[in-house]
Amino acid sequence: MNEATLSILLLWTFVFVYLIAGSLDFGSGFWAMVYSNRKDTLAGNIANKYLSPAWEVTNTLLVMFVVALVSFFPKATFTFGTILLVPANLILILLTIRTAFMVFAYSAKEYQKILNQISGITGILIPALLVVVLPVTHGGYVEGTGASQQLLLGRVFTSPTVYSFIGLAILITLYLSSLLLADYAKITGDKSAYLIYRKHAMWTGPLFFLFALFVLFALKNEANWLYENMIDRWLWLLLSVIAFAIGYYSMWLKDDGKEIGRPRMALIFIGLQLFIASYTYGAAHLPYLIYPATVEESFTNINMYRSLIMSYLIGTLLFIPAFVWHWRLFIRNEKYIRGS
Amino acid sequence: MEHVLSARSLFGTTMGFHIIFATLGVGLPIMMLAAEIIYQRTKDPHYAIMAKRWTKAFAVLLGVGIPTGTIASVQLSLLWPGFMEAIGEVLALPFQLEIYAFFLEAIFMAIYVYGADRISAKLRILSLSLVSLGALMSAVLITNVHAWQETPTGFEFVNGQFTNVNPWVAFFNPLFPVTAFHVATSASLTGAFVIASIAGYKLLKKQRSIEEIALHKKAVIVALVVGGIAALLTGLNGHSSAIGIYKYQPEKLAAAEGLFETTANAPLSIGGYVDPETQTLKGAIQIPGFLSILSTGSTSGVIRGLNDFPVEEWPPLYIHILFNAMVGVGTLLIGISFAGIAWKYLRKGKEYPKWLLWTFVLSGPMAIAGIELGWVFSEIGRQPWTIYRIMRTDEAVTLTGNMGLFFLLFIGLYLLLGITVVAVLRYYFKRHPLIHDLGKIGK
Ligand code: HDD
Ligand code: HEM
Ligand code: HEM
Repeated sequence: MNEATLSILLLWTFVFVYLIAGSLDFGSGFWAMVYSNRKDTLAGNIANKYLSPAWEVTNTLLVMFVVALVSFFPKATFTFGTILLVPANLILILLTIRTAFMVFAYSAKEYQKILNQISGITGILIPALLVVVLPVTHGGYVEGTGASQQLLLGRVFTSPTVYSFIGLAILITLYLSSLLLADYAKITGDKSAYLIYRKHAMWTGPLFFLFALFVLFALKNEANWLYENMIDRWLWLLLSVIAFAIGYYSMWLKDDGKEIGRPRMALIFIGLQLFIASYTYGAAHLPYLIYPATVEESFTNINMYRSLIMSYLIGTLLFIPAFVWHWRLFIRNEKYIRGS
Repeated sequence: MEHVLSARSLFGTTMGFHIIFATLGVGLPIMMLAAEIIYQRTKDPHYAIMAKRWTKAFAVLLGVGIPTGTIASVQLSLLWPGFMEAIGEVLALPFQLEIYAFFLEAIFMAIYVYGADRISAKLRILSLSLVSLGALMSAVLITNVHAWQETPTGFEFVNGQFTNVNPWVAFFNPLFPVTAFHVATSASLTGAFVIASIAGYKLLKKQRSIEEIALHKKAVIVALVVGGIAALLTGLNGHSSAIGIYKYQPEKLAAAEGLFETTANAPLSIGGYVDPETQTLKGAIQIPGFLSILSTGSTSGVIRGLNDFPVEEWPPLYIHILFNAMVGVGTLLIGISFAGIAWKYLRKGKEYPKWLLWTFVLSGPMAIAGIELGWVFSEIGRQPWTIYRIMRTDEAVTLTGNMGLFFLLFIGLYLLLGITVVAVLRYYFKRHPLIHDLGKIGK
């Protein structure tokens, strides 16, 4: 594997990690809004328990992706910067409102309802807009070349492909976060919250699958090269379907006499499914970064590449203990989740 | 040309807004750390209360600092793709390392705030030290990029291509050490004086309980000591920064001092304004020979004037005012902190007089003004270059037009955030008055 391919693999790994972390973050925000003033269940509190210590880390992951994109593929910066000016600025505005109002909601209890509504709704729009970047890289939405490129916004927002991606993004967000919160609720032993999130996982799962099919068919019409490349990897697609089926089914499994459903297992298999599916998409996307510009053409110089890889290696090694501590204190800590 | 102007206005507005929260994001953890350490030493619960309340304010400010920082980093690529392309080729390292600084701050902030009751006092101090370190590192690393814009090194630039790149030489560019130090100390000073402002304001108000007054007085002293040290360091190091521009950006120094003709025994000019028509500095106080002494160590040192450089490469001449105002702020802040500390130790037992309390109140806004003035001076003083003598601003800019609308949208966004963040802080501290925290002591 050459350097450019290794770099895009690393970059795509960041996308995958952000896909998971962002879905959990924005989805939990959305559920926190839906259940924020229901007195009969703690479903909203459970969502907030996850959100409070997690959102900063998630946001840093997004910045990490942008930085890595510019660092490894500087020659694509002009194109990305120019064509994404409008959608990216809109995402920034939504992201800012979402983050700020979510943080404010913790401190201004009396206005929590309205603040939660603002952050919940803007939060769910963010993945919907972020995902638009993907179809744009397939080509066909940019007019002109070189010094006069322009994104054809009209075409973007009338394209069925774009809407399939948007639907897919929203459903992944809702599905993954319901599974996570179901797991959280199970740990606390809060039965009513558990049943609520299980119910949401039951309907978002199949819809998510349906939209994945829409995306595949939309690609057939709009970016046939990508579709062909994906179909060539049919074995991986099949594996991804199997992982989804197991994940979905595990919410029906009995857990030694307790509540029906095993959310932890579901999370793992759906995570695996997303992993396989997104790497299949990523591999099929090669050799193009933004069609018709290739990964190779946009790559940085070799000296920069080496020092970047070194800094990732050292940084990651140094940070493993900190991540583990964080994880133990908040994500997998029954006492914290129960709110001792 | 018009979209260069809108890109500049949009980016300048974003940075001007972010920097307020970013600076407090560096300065407040240092104050929190100081309070935590004093508390562990003295076991005086007042310091624990301070740390707790400042942490609360800090957590709310993070809600603005982090998303606006995200805007800053994405807008760099959106508005200045030419610049970021160069960064990707030559100087990606600081951006990369900054991510780790952010992780450090984010992870240990969560641990300090949400895990506080489950970790020991030692681990709390460790977490908070790492939060401060993370914040400080993120400031230092982003300043690295800024310093490289002023003194770009670590590459050869042939036919518009960056070749022979050495990322570490670029990283350790000549202005990095002084600039980073200056940003770090000026941020620490700002956190401290903002605390002094609030405590001073509370002491001015009547009808406080004795306990409250005692706590605010302690807060004032912590703030003045930390702020005074940081201000002194900032001033001393600002002198090194000035030597830096003398060496590397002579036209910036000339514009900052309103000096047109190259001369030895150059005067230091304080105040006044530059008139480009007559090529004179009007209404300034001049100290003969002092600029030569400050920059070179002797009156015979030659300082180059603006007329040595082509007019189209002059920075805007009003930077003289910005520079003077920043230095003025630095001098006043040193004065205020010394006056406050001296009053406390020389006139034992005497209350701070009203006028002194008022200078404390003003010190916080002055420090923030100093930050803004310093940055705007430095950025505007680099014009017309984005990367000094390598890339002009109009070569770095995006090709997309129609940014006027976004400019308005972002101004609206920052207004909304600015107003709400103040409202939320006021609401929270009204709801949780100090007297409640004091009442909990010993229970
Ligand atoms: C409260 C903030 C504050 C205060 C009191 C001062 N500064 Fe400053 N100064 C900054 C905050 C700042 C800054 C915001 O941090 C800058 C902008 C860019 C940078 O690197 O630091 C800066 C830049 C800056 C530069 C320009 C560097 C360049 O353009 O590359 C010089 C020459 C000085 N400072 C000198 C001084 C002197 C002689 C001061 C005397 C007391 C002083 N500063 C006080
Ligand atoms: C010298 C000026 C700057 C300083 C001192 C500074 C410092 C900081 C600090 C301390 C934070 C943490 C926020 C907080 O604790 O309140 C922060 C956030 C951030 N800053 Fe800045 N910053 C500066 C300029 C910039 C610039 C130019 C960029 C763009 C490249 C940027 C990008 C960011 C980002 C992306 C975040 C959010 C981090 C996250 O996602 O966790 N900052 N900055
Ligand atoms: C946080 C404090 C900062 C403030 C208040 C600030 C302010 C400004 C302003 C007012 C401009 C427009 C200048 C003009 O065109 O006349 C500008 C431009 C710019 N700044 Fe900064 N800036 C800050 C920090 C930084 C940092 C840390 C970087 C490096 C990462 C940076 C990179 C740039 C770039 C690339 C431009 C555009 C090109 C140019 O005009 O030179 N800025 N900034």
